Amino acid sequence: MTAIAGLGHRVNDALQRLGFASRFFLVLLRHSGQSFRRLHLTVREIYFSGFQSLLIIMVSGLFIGMVLGMQGYETLQRYGSADALGILVALSLVRELGPVVAALLFASRAGSSITAEIGLMKATEQLTAMDMMAVNPIARVVAPRFWGGVISMPLLAALFSATGVFGGYLIGVVFIGVDDGAFWSQMQASVDFRYDIWSGIVKSFVFGIAVSLIAVFEGYDAQPTAEGVSSSIKGTVVKSALAILALDFVLTSFMFREA
Amino acid sequence: MSRKLLDLWVGFFVALGLAAVLFLALKVGNLSAANFSETYSLTAKFVNIGGLKVRAPVKSAGVVVGRVAEIRFDPETYEAVVTFTVDARYRFPKDTFALILTAGLLGEQYIGLDPGGDEKMLKNGDVIAKTQSAVVLEKLISQFMFNKASEGPNEK
Amino acid sequence: MSADNLVEIRNLDFAYEDRPILDGISLAIPRGKVVAIMGGSGCGKTTLLRLIGGQLRPTRGDVVVDGQSVPSLKDDELYALRRRMGMLFQFGALFTDISVFDNVAYQMREHTDLPEELIRDMVLLKLNAVGLRGAHHLMPAELSGGMARRVALARAIALDPMLIMYDEPFAGLDPISLGVIGQLIRQLNDALGATTIMVTHDIQESLLIVDFIYFMSEGKVVALGTPDEIRASRHPFVHQFVFAEADGPVPFHYPAEPLARELLGAGRSEFS
Repeated sequence: MTAIAGLGHRVNDALQRLGFASRFFLVLLRHSGQSFRRLHLTVREIYFSGFQSLLIIMVSGLFIGMVLGMQGYETLQRYGSADALGILVALSLVRELGPVVAALLFASRAGSSITAEIGLMKATEQLTAMDMMAVNPIARVVAPRFWGGVISMPLLAALFSATGVFGGYLIGVVFIGVDDGAFWSQMQASVDFRYDIWSGIVKSFVFGIAVSLIAVFEGYDAQPTAEGVSSSIKGTVVKSALAILALDFVLTSFMFREA
Repeated sequence: MSRKLLDLWVGFFVALGLAAVLFLALKVGNLSAANFSETYSLTAKFVNIGGLKVRAPVKSAGVVVGRVAEIRFDPETYEAVVTFTVDARYRFPKDTFALILTAGLLGEQYIGLDPGGDEKMLKNGDVIAKTQSAVVLEKLISQFMFNKASEGPNEK
Repeated sequence: MSADNLVEIRNLDFAYEDRPILDGISLAIPRGKVVAIMGGSGCGKTTLLRLIGGQLRPTRGDVVVDGQSVPSLKDDELYALRRRMGMLFQFGALFTDISVFDNVAYQMREHTDLPEELIRDMVLLKLNAVGLRGAHHLMPAELSGGMARRVALARAIALDPMLIMYDEPFAGLDPISLGVIGQLIRQLNDALGATTIMVTHDIQESLLIVDFIYFMSEGKVVALGTPDEIRASRHPFVHQFVFAEADGPVPFHYPAEPLARELLGAGRSEFS
């Protein structure tokens, strides 16, 4: 009996939080004007979440591309179609790995620090103080971080895919010796801009919204204690990862249904 | 950090990101090669399209000139109706021959256009009369074996 | 009640969920005065400040600031009112990602279109008033507790507010910083022509600087008076507070069964 009651409580709590998160999102959108009217607020957040994630995104992209190059070559050469290596590397990256892995990295690198920052500002009464100074913390602190993340995410995913393709090229063409022309031309013949690349960009944009929203919400909703902030950071990473993978499934089934 | 320096780094980041998108679009994807800004569409009926898919290339003399836009089944003639778009720069004669070909032995299938000699050119919405269906490997093999079996006794 | 009161609280109830905090409290803060609200920890003093600032809404009753009923204000009207209020939080609540200078300049930049040179002069004047002009380039993490409190004070008065509220301004300060802050509270109030509400449990320091004192206990006002009246008061609660006696109307013990019964009786009842 108590187990059922406990489950009921948890479902109830989860729904309540979801409701609060939705309301929070609407308030955030309503107070987003300032993020664009005073663009430097958002530019600053793009610096922290986007620019500072460059290194990890590009290095990871390069390695993933190199692994794809090696594994892809291993498999393809058995069927005598090593020339198709470019297709394999590029399609895996622009359709799936680019948006998904970049978003996962973004959640743990930028998302967690956004949550920590907002959570600590709340715990040290900085948000309350701001509110008392007649400055809306949602407009001034939360919205710019959200939009900074939303803008950074597709750019980071594109960079991830681009460095990944370069990594695949490095291994496949430079080290293994797949034909240079075949690598690029086969790739270009089968990667469609609207169908593959654009849907990858749309994916990363949706992931950017999800991760940024989770990050700012977890921070804003954190218990104002050391434990509370740390469990919110954990929440950001775990929930972002789940949201990214679930959304990826949904988006993929919509986008590539006819393929 | 001063606002100017911050702007500079963010500008650098955004430019780099956009360059990556451009790289994906032009070098990885086929935006440069196959972005037909102006196209016209043609239709061809095939008895069997094999493994042809939407977005498969349409080639003439090996050059990609268009893409398959739609594949339907006609319940009256029991044929596959394939609609494809062709770059407006390329015109083909009325008696052009459309065939379904395979890239390599096991590769993807595409539509090949063999231009005829007619003076009149195909217009938007026209139907190509002369088509040749996909070569289905199973059919080919069974045909080959049937022929062998039937010619066997004659030689004896 | 007269129009000379900047803040009036009328029959106000407040509860968090089901837990009542304030119970039919009424008090008035006259213009231009420094008023202390005292009481033990957890008696609802900080809640009272939040109600005046409009961050909480009362369950019943009214808060009137400068003729406006705070609970019925719309968001933008409330923000307009808050621009004329300054608040010092218990632990300063300085913005840790920007310098001392930027902290004090924060409201000027957010709420005015003043040129940067003028803001610079104003910020340095405010910092000079709290004796920290030389520290304007430091980050909040580099300040001691007392210095951080003074910077927060400079920030609270940045827009020359009509009402300054202090939440435990003396908590956790050494005796020298404590005296400095006390003097600043009095001087700034008089220099700006403002009104000050100070929530504290530091009676000795408060008696030196305030004009009027309210004593709160369990969500009610239990005693009030000028410092001289308070010193002479025979009220047992005030007496306990002023002379810091451990036991009195405010019990030392959290409500419990008598010790003897709990130690002996409980054990015996199990065996008998």
